[in-house]
Amino acid sequence: MMVVYKCPLRGMSQKQRFLQLCSIRKVSSTYSKSNYPMSSFSINRILKNKIAGWLMLTLTVALILLVVLIGFGLYLKSVPIFEEKSLWSLISTSEWKPGKGNFGFLPFIAGTLWVTALSLILALPIALFTALFLTEHSKPSVKKWVFPALDILAGLPSVVYGVWGILLIVPWISEKLAPNFIEYSTGYTTLAGGIVLGIMILPLLISLFIELFSAVPKEFRDASLSLGATRWQTSKFIILRKTLPGILAAIILAVSRALGETIAVLMVCGNIPQLPKSLFDSCYPLPALIANNYGEMLSIPLYESALMLAAFLLFIVVVLFNASSRIVLYRIEKKFR
Amino acid sequence: MKIKFLEEKLAKLLMLLSTLLVVAFVVNILYTILQRGLPALNWDMVSKIPEGGYFNGGGGGVLNAIMGSLYIVLGSTIIGLLISIPVVFYLNVYLTKKSKLAYIARLAFDVMFGIPSIVYGAFAFTIMIYMGMRTSLGGGILVITLLIIPIFIRSMDEVAKQLPRDLLDATYALGATKLETIKVVLRQIAPGIATATLLSIGRAIGDAAGVMFTAGFTDSIPTSLSQPAATLPLSVFFQLSSPSADVQDRAYASALILTLIVLAISLAGRFITNHFSKNKIE
Repeated sequence: MMVVYKCPLRGMSQKQRFLQLCSIRKVSSTYSKSNYPMSSFSINRILKNKIAGWLMLTLTVALILLVVLIGFGLYLKSVPIFEEKSLWSLISTSEWKPGKGNFGFLPFIAGTLWVTALSLILALPIALFTALFLTEHSKPSVKKWVFPALDILAGLPSVVYGVWGILLIVPWISEKLAPNFIEYSTGYTTLAGGIVLGIMILPLLISLFIELFSAVPKEFRDASLSLGATRWQTSKFIILRKTLPGILAAIILAVSRALGETIAVLMVCGNIPQLPKSLFDSCYPLPALIANNYGEMLSIPLYESALMLAAFLLFIVVVLFNASSRIVLYRIEKKFR
Repeated sequence: MKIKFLEEKLAKLLMLLSTLLVVAFVVNILYTILQRGLPALNWDMVSKIPEGGYFNGGGGGVLNAIMGSLYIVLGSTIIGLLISIPVVFYLNVYLTKKSKLAYIARLAFDVMFGIPSIVYGAFAFTIMIYMGMRTSLGGGILVITLLIIPIFIRSMDEVAKQLPRDLLDATYALGATKLETIKVVLRQIAPGIATATLLSIGRAIGDAAGVMFTAGFTDSIPTSLSQPAATLPLSVFFQLSSPSADVQDRAYASALILTLIVLAISLAGRFITNHFSKNKIE
């Protein structure tokens, strides 16, 4: 005898099949509804997935737009001053008398540049040599001690650097160093700002350099060493040359960090609006200008606008520096991988 | 002896010296702060708010600043986490490796990371004026949140990038939607979240320029979001600008408190990266 198996679903429309399947499942008690991917829950899950995706996309785009928004807001706020003076006359004159409506940014820009350049000159060789030592020469046991120290250096708040500068660097310059060169200095000088800032950017430079140097493939080193080069020659001709674009990008990144540093520099620089002529003159960098005058600016017309222009200048320079150097660093990361 | 060996010796010496110099700086900074701060540090400093005439040598302590800093750090860390975890998840799970949006977003966060806190402060201050807000705890939290979001996102992203693709594929194969993989992803990047949080707290507690105009300064502990709040770095700064030597000593003690907090956070970070990775698949 032949048993003819008849599929219970045959001859039904799609919808009927679906309903039939659902009803079968209801009968079987071993499976709970949610275990079936085709249950009505799945539509909710997919919907949830989609909605969450949209929300997260919105959040991400909003954060990206925030950068643009900050720039735009600062620009809008600094527009009023452009109606009276041209940008060139603002950044090329050096008289700062808000009460009379004279806003010359030159001393502040010069102060910022002096301090930043000085910090870079002091920090760069130390950072390069330290990073080379840590990647090329040192044993793991040395790293175990130096890395936490670098972490601490990177984590210390800038106000602590400022206190340290006041306690140690300022008296040292005023009592020991300056008398050799000039008659009298308070110690609150461009040099003090440069030293403190230099130490502050050290950990950033070192960590960027270490990342770069350890990305160079080991084969390059082996090839150089097997040709009879010493380790230093390998470092000099292979590693430094190979990572030169990255080193430049790291320097630009450190410079933009130094440009914006406020409290520590403000504490040791002396804050006198003048064009510094030597390392032992006081200076007055842009961020310190903003920080010192924010409270009182609302009473004088155009004062707020002038300070916002200072913030806008800082913003533009830092964003351009950061974006360009990051793009270079991304490329390098991609190349070595 | 060949000149290249001499050069090698010299270079090695220079490297050793500069490394020692860096370590010496760290030791020196910590020692100086400790040496000047410790004599002025007492229980009153951390348990009392400033009494009348504190900045001319009156009694009291910096509890207002400690609590203010704590509130700001707590608020901004929580908001920062709530904003940055979804973003990191989106960048790494929803978007592919080659996505243009992901590239632009990472670049934007790196740029945000570089923007000085004084610029954030200035921007937030103009917004606060526009909205008619006064310097307040809420404003301080706002600025610090802006400041630490890029730190959160970038340091979590570094960990999330290492996420094994197979793991995601395995969860998809089990029928999970992209959103549902978050349960797996979060366990994987848990150590990353922890270190990112500690990094952000360290940066948040030490920032002075951003909170200067937004959180303001006060002698009392804030009880609502609309009241001004003192912060530890600003407290150090203001005490240091006092002419009285007593008050300056207190500034050193406050700086010591701040340094100790930051050191504790840094140590905790090391501990967590070493011991928090139990769910992690390499």
